[in-house]
Amino acid sequence: MTTSSATDAPRPTTAPRPIARPRPRAPRRPHTPGRPRRSVLLTVLTGVVLLYSLVPLLWLVISATKTQQGLARSFGLWFDGDFALWDNITETFTYQDGVFGRWLLNTLLYVVVGAGGATLLAVLGGYALAKFDFPGKRAVFAVVIGAVAVPTTALAVPTFLMFSKLGLTDTPWAIIVPSLISPFGLYLMWVFATEAIPAELMEAARIDGASELRTFFQVALPLLAPGTVTVLLFTTVATWNNYFLPLIMLKDPDWYPLTLGLDAWNKQAATAGGEAVFNLVVTGSLLTIVPLIAAFLLLQKYWQSGLAAGSVKE
Amino acid sequence: MTTLQPPAAVGHQSAGPPARRSRRSWTGWGFIGPFVLVFALVFLAPLAYSIYLSLFRTRLIGGTSFVGLDNYQQALQDGQFWDGVLRVGLFLLIQVPIMLGLALLVALAIDSGRLYGKDFFRISVFLPYAVPAVVAALMWGFMYGPRFGLVGDINDAFGVRLPDPLSSDLILASIGNIVTWEFVGYNMLIFYSALRVVPHSLYEAAEIDGAGQWRVIAAIKLPAIRGALVIATIFSIIGSFQLFNEPAILQKLAPNAITTDYTPNYYTYSLSFSGQQHNYSATVAIVMGVITMVVAYVVQLRGMRKGA
Repeated sequence: MTTSSATDAPRPTTAPRPIARPRPRAPRRPHTPGRPRRSVLLTVLTGVVLLYSLVPLLWLVISATKTQQGLARSFGLWFDGDFALWDNITETFTYQDGVFGRWLLNTLLYVVVGAGGATLLAVLGGYALAKFDFPGKRAVFAVVIGAVAVPTTALAVPTFLMFSKLGLTDTPWAIIVPSLISPFGLYLMWVFATEAIPAELMEAARIDGASELRTFFQVALPLLAPGTVTVLLFTTVATWNNYFLPLIMLKDPDWYPLTLGLDAWNKQAATAGGEAVFNLVVTGSLLTIVPLIAAFLLLQKYWQSGLAAGSVKE
Repeated sequence: MTTLQPPAAVGHQSAGPPARRSRRSWTGWGFIGPFVLVFALVFLAPLAYSIYLSLFRTRLIGGTSFVGLDNYQQALQDGQFWDGVLRVGLFLLIQVPIMLGLALLVALAIDSGRLYGKDFFRISVFLPYAVPAVVAALMWGFMYGPRFGLVGDINDAFGVRLPDPLSSDLILASIGNIVTWEFVGYNMLIFYSALRVVPHSLYEAAEIDGAGQWRVIAAIKLPAIRGALVIATIFSIIGSFQLFNEPAILQKLAPNAITTDYTPNYYTYSLSFSGQQHNYSATVAIVMGVITMVVAYVVQLRGMRKGA
């Protein structure tokens, strides 16, 4: 986390760093002469961790092709005689009057408004911290960072009680409003804006008579794009994967996100008279992770460099 | 949590010569105002309310009354609570070093340039991070199943009798495995990102001095990413103390092994939503929050001092 800043500190660059590409100043090590050869042994050893990471995902993909009986009778890492993937997908979307589709739309709503809003607030706030000196700035920083260390669950119960008094529980607002704050996003945007927006450029815009808003939208925002994508992706994951908050805030299944819905289907088998739908839980799980994995793969250039700019985890 | 402060950024504001020497003005508030407003609503207000709640108690007869620190006294003597604290403490002592050690090894391996297909490694090991904890716990829960999960398959195929991962003896380790699986790649990426910005000239200097791979790792790479290691450790500690999703999901598959007070967090949840003891629940959450912050703070102090 102090990473990029630690090495950059002695020689602050004012030019916007080309974040999406490897840094121009240092050629990547593997290409330099005198570096050690590639090692089959090391590749194989590291491959053990690779298998550990991928085999469960493989299990999920294979299992999604099986009927409920097939799940029980066949070997977990190989296909059953019946290839039921399409049937499972159809059934997932039609079971209980298509509630899975509703959960998917809910999740998208929470992500678009929650993660989108969180990113917007983080970009504005990070820009303010990086480029303005204002009264109370240090206090704002201290409080926000201190709050990161407060376990979210210490806040869950009072938040629930507050929202319940405001009549917000069992509405989408109960999920969206708490999702709007990402201290990690604010921090990342702050580091990013510090490095990506040259002060001279802002001065020039001001001298030309641009208003603060215009300077932000026309000068700063385009330069902040790669950092914004990173923050958006990580807030999206946080919102998409959220379970605890919806669990305490929502009773009505019509407002469930995917995570809570899958949990409900899984629990159903354990309740008296409940129908076991393990094939739908498995297929629904696969459908839940596919969009996120696709987003990570498609946007990897952006988020990986964004992390290098302010590598920290939430 | 002062480590979260990026030295470069601070330098820019206070002393860095290229920094904008803007006069202090309220303009910045126009941009950070919205964040601060929502933050106050979803962080500060609940925190204050939580402390307020913890000072009261609701009885069947007599209604809600102010009890001072009685709830805290009760929490300090609450066996159920401390069992949970010990459990997550044990979890943290074993799972976190394994997870971070594995992440560090993979990050160093990818950074060494000696792997075939390093990009494939990097992205594949990271992928589980995109899997929601709910899905991860469901998947592993199925795979753990001794009857028709993978463990059962292996038992049948090899005629062995593997210990049941969902039994009360092994369930904590099984949860540890799920959490490790979810976050190895994430931490690996944090370490790898930190390694990437180590100045190349350091390696050249080491090479001229005749330093080998291990020497370079010990003398250059590890010190260079110490900040990232400390931060990853702190966030892993916070994560361990907040353990909830995985045990809550697995609870249906292993009802005898996982009780509703299994972790402090689960206990808080049960107190509030099954027991309607909102005041005591808030107290337990605050005590746990304080424990978490103290441990995180100590780790940060030690981590930053070592070899600094």
